[in-house]
Amino acid sequence: MTAAPVTTGTAGRLLAGYHALGRAAGLRDHLTQHGPPPLPGISARSSVGSQLIQVVEDAGLTGRGGGAFPTARKMRSVAASRGPAVVVVNAAEGEPASGKDAMLLTVAPHLVLDGAALAAHAVGARQIVVCVHAGGELAAGTERAVAEREQAHLTAVPIRVCEVPGRYVASEETSLVNWINGGEAKPTFTPPRPYERGVDGRPTMVSNAETYAHIALIARYGAEWFRSLGSPDAPGTALFTVTGAVAVPGVVEAPVGTTVADLLRMAGGPSEQLQAVLAGGYGGTWLSLPLVHTPTTPAAFAAAGAALGPGIIIALPSRACGLAESARVLAWMAGETAAQCGPCVFGLPAIAQDFAAIADCRADASVYHRLQQRMSVIPGRGACRHPDGAVRFAASALQVFASHVNFHERAGRCLAARRPGVLPIPGGR
Amino acid sequence: MAWLLLVNPITCTGHGICAELFPEAISLDEWGYPILGAVPDRLLPLARRAVADCPTLALMLERDGKS
Ligand SMILES: Cc1cc2nc3c(=O)[nH]c(=O)nc-3n(C[C@H](O)[C@H](O)[C@H](O)COP(=O)(O)O)c2cc1C
Ligand code: SF4
Repeated sequence: MTAAPVTTGTAGRLLAGYHALGRAAGLRDHLTQHGPPPLPGISARSSVGSQLIQVVEDAGLTGRGGGAFPTARKMRSVAASRGPAVVVVNAAEGEPASGKDAMLLTVAPHLVLDGAALAAHAVGARQIVVCVHAGGELAAGTERAVAEREQAHLTAVPIRVCEVPGRYVASEETSLVNWINGGEAKPTFTPPRPYERGVDGRPTMVSNAETYAHIALIARYGAEWFRSLGSPDAPGTALFTVTGAVAVPGVVEAPVGTTVADLLRMAGGPSEQLQAVLAGGYGGTWLSLPLVHTPTTPAAFAAAGAALGPGIIIALPSRACGLAESARVLAWMAGETAAQCGPCVFGLPAIAQDFAAIADCRADASVYHRLQQRMSVIPGRGACRHPDGAVRFAASALQVFASHVNFHERAGRCLAARRPGVLPIPGGR
Repeated sequence: MAWLLLVNPITCTGHGICAELFPEAISLDEWGYPILGAVPDRLLPLARRAVADCPTLALMLERDGKS
């Protein structure tokens, strides 16, 4: 993870405690700030637990894991499925440029765990599994937070920490379920979706770590409070990881709908001349500079032909070659295939090779033609949306760097393409 | 009632038999994996045949809930 836990901005809700304390909140800090979670047996306001799904619906909370799916709808589906359910916290943040979930779980673990406990109560779950990447400090830190809660008798539903391989598609929800069930950390064919049949065959709610933290606050402070920030169609705040050519890279919390330009400002502003911004990470889209005034709502992004994904903003400096950057990302994405579905296993390396040729100024018209053809047949044909994300990213690169594509076609060489990359590639390719 | 072809891309190994049996609705991409099209009612028997003959049972025929 590249993003340091630097935070700025004024809209602190999830990060308010961290701003005030200047360090990670232990259970005592957490309870002092927010009081106990409104769960039966723990708080007098126990009715909040059973009404929680309605409050989450009224709040208009959508998932912060990239898909912006209405959280209450997911909770209702899980609650409506037969038998005791399972709650899975997805904190196995797979996007290389994202740092928000690791940061949140580090500085405010009890917000995330409160949210999971409240959700478990609301959907009738008897088990909570928190998924984090294996081999990091996060697993140990989360275990400590869980132990703190056990000592304080704050765990009505047992919480288990599960370490997940640090592969990109391992964090997709059916991969997590597969892994927790003792299988490989690879996606499975759907249906059944996890809400129907997930961990141990039980209805399973898989949501992003940040989503649960919002639930913890909504349960305490209500739907109206939640909606007092953000935009009417996309309420609340969200965490954004802002990196690349900005003065203070890190995680910021801002109302949903804050423009990309304002997010860059919250990260100290551009540290040099920019040429484009990558939004949504490696399954996301490049934005040309005029589009930095786009508000970060799913609707505004969709209208701009872009994908917001899990709140990732990377500022690309003018000195970089957007095509070479994209080629490196696509090579990495191709390597992250779970090697299960033909169109992904063969399609992504093919697209990555086409991009490598373009970046090297080796591509003629036939390569562009072939690439367009490939990009048109791959989406929607994998068991998961990994190939769709890679194609979306590739298509946006051709669009946003169109004039540079012309240059590569004519010039025969691009000096910028030879410089070390700006976008983080795990394993440093 | 319209019918819809579906493939489980994890179990599909790109045999290509489906496209041979039912070229009206199934073509293959450059890597040999099926691209599925619409199934006109009158060709339903061909679709059933393709589904039944898939060596890995990856091909499925379902009613299209939307129509
Ligand atoms: C290839 C791929 C990678 C994903 N990686 C993550 C991830 O790292 N973290 C995450 O929360 N969701 C990830 N998702 C989305 C999850 O499948 C799931 O939708 C999400 O955790 C649901 O949480 P939410 O409703 O709170 O957004 C990924 C999806 C795909 C297709
Ligand atoms: S689409 Fe790719 S990443 Fe997703 S399950 Fe199939 S092979 Fe794995």
